[in-house]
Amino acid sequence: MIIAIASGKGGTGKTTVATNLALAVRDMGYTVQFLDCDVEEPNAHIFLKPKILSQKKVAVSTPSVDKEKCTLCGKCGEVCQFSAITVMGGLVLTFPELCHGCGGCFNSCPEDAISEVGREVGVIERGTASGVKFTHGRLRISEAMSPPLIRAVKRDVNRSDVIVIDAPPGTSCPVIQSVKGSDYVLLVTEPTPFGLNDLKLAVEMVRELGITFGVVVNRAGMGGRMVNGYCDQEGIEIVSEFPDDRRIAEAYSRGRIIIEELPEYRMNFEHLFRDVQAAIRRQKTDDEKTWQRTFNETGGFS
Amino acid sequence: MKEVVVVSGKGGTGKTSIVASFAFLAERKVMADCDVDAADLHLILHPKIRYCEAFFCGKVARIETEKCTGCGKCRDLCRFDAISEKYIVDTIDCEGCGVCYYACPENAVVLEEKKSGEWFISDTDYGPMVHAKLGIAEENSGKLVSLVRLQARRLAEEQNLDLVIIDGAPGIGCPVIASITGADLVLAVTEPTMSGLHDLKRVVELAEHFRIKTMICVNKYDINHEIKQDIVDFCEQKKILFAGQIPYDNVVTKAQIAGVSVVEYSRAQVSMEIERIWKQIFYTLSVEATVRS
Repeated sequence: MIIAIASGKGGTGKTTVATNLALAVRDMGYTVQFLDCDVEEPNAHIFLKPKILSQKKVAVSTPSVDKEKCTLCGKCGEVCQFSAITVMGGLVLTFPELCHGCGGCFNSCPEDAISEVGREVGVIERGTASGVKFTHGRLRISEAMSPPLIRAVKRDVNRSDVIVIDAPPGTSCPVIQSVKGSDYVLLVTEPTPFGLNDLKLAVEMVRELGITFGVVVNRAGMGGRMVNGYCDQEGIEIVSEFPDDRRIAEAYSRGRIIIEELPEYRMNFEHLFRDVQAAIRRQKTDDEKTWQRTFNETGGFS
Repeated sequence: MKEVVVVSGKGGTGKTSIVASFAFLAERKVMADCDVDAADLHLILHPKIRYCEAFFCGKVARIETEKCTGCGKCRDLCRFDAISEKYIVDTIDCEGCGVCYYACPENAVVLEEKKSGEWFISDTDYGPMVHAKLGIAEENSGKLVSLVRLQARRLAEEQNLDLVIIDGAPGIGCPVIASITGADLVLAVTEPTMSGLHDLKRVVELAEHFRIKTMICVNKYDINHEIKQDIVDFCEQKKILFAGQIPYDNVVTKAQIAGVSVVEYSRAQVSMEIERIWKQIFYTLSVEATVRS
């Protein structure tokens, strides 16, 4: 079961929800895997304090041109959609930071003059954090492309575990890469105009991807009930609400786990998990019903 | 003309509230919202859209089923697993690289231009503003950011304005790099939490990499005095100008709900501090301009 925690707006409490959920679920007796996919600014390790057991560099392939073989025909530049390779003034120029590693130039070179070399985009680190399997990625500073690194983190998914994914903020490619393939997305927001605006964008995104989702309202009470109103109207389930409690903010600032520091919140996370489990089960039954109906309507296997 | 970019590394530290206040405090400027995939500045500045243009960037492949023989060449070569067993392109996974287009022996693949969003030039009570909306589940946010910046600079030049103030995105990846490269000053807004400091260090390193002058301010500084001090020490050690500290105050949320900047909404300590930070930035930029001339 894969649960992804995302948000649209940054700083709403994704990492707090993700880390506490992971530990609460571990204490319920499950094998839990934690994947921090916010490779630009990974924070979960601050709270889970994992013991890192291995580190691996992640590279994407970029072209390297053999000048002896190259006839400057310009085919590579024609094929490349990202202007990452071009022939200009009797030279082949490559711009590795624009390269998506698609292999187009490599496939198209009639002289076989292009080989692929690795460009390091970052590292992934694996370890354990008090019984939770932990993986995160750290994007190399000045590297623009995070999706390949996120894909590398997600290769660790082991479907038989409960997997908690901490996604980056926003609604564009890094977030999509992180939440894709999940069984459920928890959208964490806060009841402010910014929180609501960005929640709406995140909802559109998750709907586009067709993943079951629910909302967690963090710091409830700080700015009004606008998020609840929106969710009612859209028929979106609010799975959990956390009050605007300064003690949570302070514990967070020190890198502490809420369910350990303020045990009264443990129950919230247990309920949260049960609700998510139930929602996933409901979705599966619905999917099966739809399948069965289509099957019958189209006349079965005939 | 100078460009100031407000970034943070970590999200939700208060970038947009601070930028909105700068919109009120600064004169002769263009505002630019470069957080194109979760833009919020418009909720405070209430822009009236004067000009709107679609943003076409990148392509997406489509397979014409009637021509496709199912040879599998495209599926073998696609590195983004964007082509299904039934030879349908997943438009979300497709990066528009064209590998399938060039590889198909039947010419069954079409590469189509894709609308990835739109951008706007608007009027606000605080002067002109350039902003954008990235399409849902779209990529290329970095290119849209570069476009917004370019249009903001053009507008400033046309109207003979001195400044472009940019609201940046969280993180250190593609949209952030696109918002800061070549800018004159970066203001990094952080909060006194372990995550805030961790992320600040990474975004400061990014600004250093691009050799951009950086200033730091701490928002909600009274949440944790020890870590606030760590941030001050970090500034000293890195010889980065500490621009100021803003206390935690619910008045910031109230201003946001009222749809105005906090400096207009209240004369609380928060507003005084933001004003002081703006003066520091303005002073730093003017000194630089004098030194250069």
